[in-house]
Amino acid sequence: MLKIENLQVNVGDKNILQGIDLEVKAGEVHAIMGPNGSGKSTLSNVIAGKDGYDITQGKMTFLNQDLTTLEPEDRARKGLFLSFQYPVEIPGVSNIYLLKAALNAKRAEDGLDEIDAFDFLQLVKSKMAELKMDEDFLYRDINSGFSGGEKKRNEILQMSLLEPKLAILDETDSGLDIDALKIVAEGINRLRSADKGIILVTHYQRLLDYVQPDFVHVLAKGKIQKSGDKSLALTLEKSGYAGIND
Amino acid sequence: MAQNAEIHQIIDKEYEHGFVTELESESIDCGLNEDVIRFISQKKNEPEFLLEWRLKAYRHWLTMKSPNWANLNIAPIDYQAISYYSAPKSKKDAPKSLDEVDPELLRTYEKLGIPLKEQEMLAGVAVDAVFDSVSVATTFKDKLKEQGIIFCSFSEAVHEHPELIKQYLGTVVPTTDNFFASLNSAVFSDGSFVYIPKGVRCPMELSTYFRINAANTGQFERTLIIADEDSQVSYLEGCTAPMRDENQLHAAVVELVALKGASIKYSTVQNWYPGDKDGKGGIYNFVTKRGECHDNAKISWTQVETGSAITWKYPSVILRGDNSIGEFYSVALTNNLQQADTGTKMIHLGKNTSSTIIAKGISAGRSQNAYRGLVKIGKNADNARNFTQCDSLLMGDTCSAHTFPYIESKNKSAKIEHEATTSRISDEQLFYLRQRGISIEDSVSMIVNGFCKQVIRNLPMEFAVEAQKLLGISLEGSVG
Repeated sequence: MLKIENLQVNVGDKNILQGIDLEVKAGEVHAIMGPNGSGKSTLSNVIAGKDGYDITQGKMTFLNQDLTTLEPEDRARKGLFLSFQYPVEIPGVSNIYLLKAALNAKRAEDGLDEIDAFDFLQLVKSKMAELKMDEDFLYRDINSGFSGGEKKRNEILQMSLLEPKLAILDETDSGLDIDALKIVAEGINRLRSADKGIILVTHYQRLLDYVQPDFVHVLAKGKIQKSGDKSLALTLEKSGYAGIND
Repeated sequence: MAQNAEIHQIIDKEYEHGFVTELESESIDCGLNEDVIRFISQKKNEPEFLLEWRLKAYRHWLTMKSPNWANLNIAPIDYQAISYYSAPKSKKDAPKSLDEVDPELLRTYEKLGIPLKEQEMLAGVAVDAVFDSVSVATTFKDKLKEQGIIFCSFSEAVHEHPELIKQYLGTVVPTTDNFFASLNSAVFSDGSFVYIPKGVRCPMELSTYFRINAANTGQFERTLIIADEDSQVSYLEGCTAPMRDENQLHAAVVELVALKGASIKYSTVQNWYPGDKDGKGGIYNFVTKRGECHDNAKISWTQVETGSAITWKYPSVILRGDNSIGEFYSVALTNNLQQADTGTKMIHLGKNTSSTIIAKGISAGRSQNAYRGLVKIGKNADNARNFTQCDSLLMGDTCSAHTFPYIESKNKSAKIEHEATTSRISDEQLFYLRQRGISIEDSVSMIVNGFCKQVIRNLPMEFAVEAQKLLGISLEGSVG
């Protein structure tokens, strides 16, 4: 579903990604691990289409379409979701408003009518119950005054509502206590299915205890240095990133 | 940077209400002198006192100079190049009902999205539509009449209720008040008149739609609202004007009188033609709006200003009575080369008076947006309170925002608070929303509406929706 070949990306005149190859097929969960500054977040942002990155070489396709020609909103509507590392605050705009607008944007892409207000509320409440979120969450401004954990949970709520074909979770585990981590991991596992792909971008092994990846890649210095199965993550946990550069 | 390129694109959206209605209209030649004023007064068949009132204003106006203290660049206005009277030429008898109104005119209203007939039935909104200078249709009048409420054109009020006009006209905004108010007093053409009797709560929103159609005409409407003791009324005006290359002058005066215990809520959605991308054409919106509160009365102004080439407007409240309340909620959006210098004056004279000012400025393109506000506490105004919050949102880096708060207090017991912020729409916010599948225009509109929420929620429901759309439309093309 996602195919990246020899992707090279500059920010300004700095070469951040130096030739990434990655293929994520439906039903697979990939973990991308790596030290700070290795290019993990850049990779997530480039896949989602954020401005400010200069793709100098390589190819990137999603469901056999060239991603680089699509606007971020078009990528999203086709089923690509990014859970942000630092979800931004948007004062004055309620969560429920965003959730509904996002869902309807996707439904329009799929040729469906806007969701009925009552059905929407039922749906969103059931998703919130799964994530153990209070209803008043819906009426708060987007991420405004949210704790770190609330922000991450809110990302997962959006994801479970939109049911993306490919979800990229950028450092979703950071800032979560163990209970919140479990709830978030359950949310991710619920999305897991034969027709969906998931990329977990993470620094630490601990999320992978709850969401078992099929593949683990180690990203360092702008390149995938090593790929393997979930045992690679455990190795990393023991010996650190320093040990993988051979 | 990317954001600026995007922002500039949304700015490029064209004005949607820029059509001209082909109607025969009756105008007088350009120019201003006492004969012109007599002509207007005679055309309207006015009583002698009003003609004298106009002439007095005119003579005073001749001694005045156009104000230049605002943060605005205004090209000199040739007052002799303006026609001061234009009326759609209709049958001798003015239309008595909508059926008699020129269908072309009604189509104009439909294009504006205010089908009068539908509004009559659906929204329960009584609309007094002012087209150029003559009020063409007043709906729901009879229904209101049952409760003793008077809602009619100003001209009609002059004939039907001269005693009220005589008693209140010019008591809040005197003929000598300022350059544009004096000009208006001399040449005002029409406007709306509202009287709510003692203890009556007006059962529906009252609404006026203004539109400047004829070329080279200034529109000088005059609105007077009197809420008698313990009465309540909510009034909304909306404004649009066709696209023309020349600038057009709009110098209105609105006077509100809230007697003991009365409450007036006055909401404006202003969408006059702002001029094109290069600043050609557009309305000069030089408006004097002021209300006076007696004991325990309340006046609340809410405005959403998105149009006009230049806006010069300070809806104010004189808190004369004890325990009276003044409120000002404002959104001013400027784009391209638009200029706005707007704000309010809260004049505290009575004891235990309080005022709230929430002003939101949004600047895009190469526009200039200034908040200017005065909070004045008189020496007898014990325990007066004011809270002011001014927030500016900048889009791109070629626009500007300014805040000019003036505070004068002659009473030590006064409590005055002022907060101000300036922020930008960030790339992060835009990307976040777009990543959720929301188009860039809708994302900008969402962020801007969020920024304005404190103000928008004060608008009557049906107009809040309209205002939200308008904010989006006015910024389309400024991001992308």
